[in-house]
Amino acid sequence: SSRVVEIQSQMSERAVELLGLPEDRACLLLDVGCGSGLSGDYISEEGHYWIGMDISPAMLDVAVEREVEGDLLLADMGDGIPFRPGMFDGCISISAVQWLCNADKKSHSPPKRLYRFFSTLYTALARGSRAVLQLYPENSEQLELITAQAMRAGFTGGMVVDYPNSAKAKKFFLCLFVGTSGTLPKGLGTECASEEPQQAKFTNERTRFRNVKGKSVKKSRDWILEKKERRRRQGKEVRADTKYTGRKRRPHF
Amino acid sequence: MKLLTHNLLSSHVPGLRPGGGFPLRIEAAEVRVRPVPFNAAFVSRLVPRLRWDALREAAESLGRPSELPPEPSPGYEADEEFLRRLHHVLLEVEVLEGSLQCPDSGRRFPISRGVPNLLLSEDE
Repeated sequence: SSRVVEIQSQMSERAVELLGLPEDRACLLLDVGCGSGLSGDYISEEGHYWIGMDISPAMLDVAVEREVEGDLLLADMGDGIPFRPGMFDGCISISAVQWLCNADKKSHSPPKRLYRFFSTLYTALARGSRAVLQLYPENSEQLELITAQAMRAGFTGGMVVDYPNSAKAKKFFLCLFVGTSGTLPKGLGTECASEEPQQAKFTNERTRFRNVKGKSVKKSRDWILEKKERRRRQGKEVRADTKYTGRKRRPHF
Repeated sequence: MKLLTHNLLSSHVPGLRPGGGFPLRIEAAEVRVRPVPFNAAFVSRLVPRLRWDALREAAESLGRPSELPPEPSPGYEADEEFLRRLHHVLLEVEVLEGSLQCPDSGRRFPISRGVPNLLLSEDE
């Protein structure tokens, strides 16, 4: 359904945002549980390259039919991430990691499979990179189990929760750092207890500055303010917004 | 499967010695070329990550004469012709049908419709 597609697309966008990738640089990303390639499509739109893994041949067939740009692998993440050390600039996963908690016909227990997944993922990622895993935990025990195995594997970081007060909009992103202890980005909708997912803060006042694509004119004050907000959401250090922000400077010569 | 993926891929069959899962040997029954937009900066930044010998070997095993030098020469970052050739080998050549063989265990992973099947069986 198109609503499902839209939600997947929004979560992919948020996950890539949380990766905090360097600006204007094409990166190599891993998409765990890539399915039919919806999240991969977003990665491609952002100009990055990706390799996807999924356990479902049927979903991957759809991805092949759709001619997604990423390279695909039929694999079980619980068996490990089969790459040489330090190969990826980042990893995202949309609605897949909680499946490792299912005790299915495999003889290995969920904690073992989770640990194998996290430890091999840790190895496959480059130093200073991140893994952002959106998931639907069944309960707090599951959340704790997943987080514990991730920490055991060497990751730092933690859970970013968007819209924690909305039953409908609440989303969990496990945000994991490799080799650095970064600042955990802030969840969306954590400042006000609103039920609706927030639009970009500047929308109402500044519509007249938006161009056809719905984006602010590049380098305008709105663009600068939006960019600073985006960087704050990524957990980066940003100067406070003042009356001087985006002010026209004296021409230098 | 692209040759970039192949160069990064290491067999996850349990119980291998360190490094024993790389490189997987390609047996290709069907190969195709699919154009991909060229990004020089991206290709350039891939070079330090690649295992160059394995890449040349893989390109040759696909029945293509090796267009790559024995080693990336100093200053490759600015050599557009080299980067374009590397881009072609890494991202535009795809193995559609065939298999990958783990060097240490001999275990084969089939490739179908361009997707390698890396699923392990119950007893692995």
